[in-house]
Amino acid sequence: MAEPLPPRRAGVLRRLGRHRTATAGAAILAAFVAATVLAPLVLPHDPNEADFDRVLQRPSAAHPLGTDQLGRDLLTRVVYGARVSFLIGILAVALSAAIGVPVGVISGYQGGRVDIAVQRVVDLMLAFPGFLLALTLISVLGVGVTNVIASVGLATAPTYIRLVRGVALSIASQVYIEAARAVGVPEARIIRRHVLPNCLPPVIVQSTLQLGAAILTAAGLGFLGLGVRPPTPEWGTMLGEGQTYLFSSWYIATFPGVAIFLTVMAFNLLGDGLRDALDPRMKLG
Amino acid sequence: MSSLSHYVLRRVGLALPTLFGVTLVIFLMVRLIPGDPARIIAGVQASDEEVTRIRRELGVDRPIAVQYARFLSRLLQGDLGLSAVTRAPVLEEIGLRLRPTGLLAFSSTVVATAVGLAAGVVSATRQYSILDYLVMTVALCGVSIPVFWLGIMLMLVFSVYLHWLPAGGYGGAAHFVLPTLTLAAFSIAIIARMTRSSLLETFNQDYVRTARAKGVRRPAVILRHALKNALIPIITVVGLQFGALLGGAILTETTFAWPGMGRLLVNAITARDYPVIQGVVLTFAVVFTVVNLAVDLLYAYVDPRIHYG
Repeated sequence: MAEPLPPRRAGVLRRLGRHRTATAGAAILAAFVAATVLAPLVLPHDPNEADFDRVLQRPSAAHPLGTDQLGRDLLTRVVYGARVSFLIGILAVALSAAIGVPVGVISGYQGGRVDIAVQRVVDLMLAFPGFLLALTLISVLGVGVTNVIASVGLATAPTYIRLVRGVALSIASQVYIEAARAVGVPEARIIRRHVLPNCLPPVIVQSTLQLGAAILTAAGLGFLGLGVRPPTPEWGTMLGEGQTYLFSSWYIATFPGVAIFLTVMAFNLLGDGLRDALDPRMKLG
Repeated sequence: MSSLSHYVLRRVGLALPTLFGVTLVIFLMVRLIPGDPARIIAGVQASDEEVTRIRRELGVDRPIAVQYARFLSRLLQGDLGLSAVTRAPVLEEIGLRLRPTGLLAFSSTVVATAVGLAAGVVSATRQYSILDYLVMTVALCGVSIPVFWLGIMLMLVFSVYLHWLPAGGYGGAAHFVLPTLTLAAFSIAIIARMTRSSLLETFNQDYVRTARAKGVRRPAVILRHALKNALIPIITVVGLQFGALLGGAILTETTFAWPGMGRLLVNAITARDYPVIQGVVLTFAVVFTVVNLAVDLLYAYVDPRIHYG
């Protein structure tokens, strides 16, 4: 049987549950996850199988979202596309957190030369505006799922470093940290017991918002033809291909975009809700 | 020397090493790709003589520091090399596209600032009204919508069905409408949100209450007292938006077949034309750094309360 949650965390969940827009975001995401899990059972078509007798068909009972230029069922491809987009988003965010959290903690807690060196590198990375950094990395690494994850993950790492450094910096100057040091608590233990737990709430909020942003960036790369290789169903790539047929078949470019839009909005809603729930003092207006 | 000019010097002094670092990153970029840098820079269709010439130019047998010094000295003379595809000087290729991108970025910034400010003021002055919820809902959509999809949907409605506006290309004012709206959407949303929360904060300040108490009319209070003081965080956001706007321009230009820097970059990446990629990325980074610097300086100028030690 599951243990009851400690009071503080239970409070967070309760506040989150009461947050209407956050609940809506969570519901949209749950629907997408359920659809991708159930897809093989419910959807009769193969996402990648071309059928040249059914090319560019309008939405109908047999194909609710229509078919694309190769006669593939768009509903099936949009649903399978969620797998690809969610996978890229989660792994990219995991990568940037895996780099950003330790580097940020060390930079903020240690201070001194390490901090200055890290901040110079971060300044340098932030001199390339957001999407451009991911695009530049892709131009060096080449296309494909792994490289998209690496590019998007690396491009957002500076944001995490800045965020975590700020928290670590403010914790490091607290009196209780000084007290812990004075009684001889090892530095590693201070970081584990005091600094990291304080970094967790902002990192959770940031990661939720970043999941939407990462999916958006990956879709942008796909749209430019620099993301996941076809025929893998990926929303951005599908949209880019669909633009070619915009004048005759509006549905190909429309529905993958709706999917991206809903997903990103859901992560934004959930992220804003989490911020309110984790830190009630920050709630504005 | 006044503390302001001291601050200006210090801030410029901080931007210079960043720009220097940017050139180092761009230099190393090509060398991180496995293979012969000369072959990579020359492009796939280049002849052996061409590759040999570039190898000599790069001095790949020399130490990497010497190679970088050469790269930098050429750069300072405006020599960005030749495009691997067109064999035209990269500087010339960029020169042709600067204007379309500059105009698009400028028109989008103007629209985003005007619409974002107006929407934020409306929202804040009628907090919790239907209008406020409407503006905030549209703003939420604005930050979540993929810029390229918004562009395609606008194209679908206004070009494919209504035939009101051209579906793409570069030319007169009509060509600017859809790309400008597309590119401005995200920034409008961010500026509207920031204006709203920043204004709401100033409404609680003593000087606003005093102005109201002494009978200053509402529009005057909002414009002259509240908005003026709310401007500082708004300026910061407008400046930060410029970076997002440059990124969005790459996608917007591709959507609307706009002959700018973004499309040049995307085509260069597809063709593996590394001299052009290096040149465009460098230009974007320099412009972004300079704009950030300008915003920081403007900030110091607008807010006399802050001491920059």
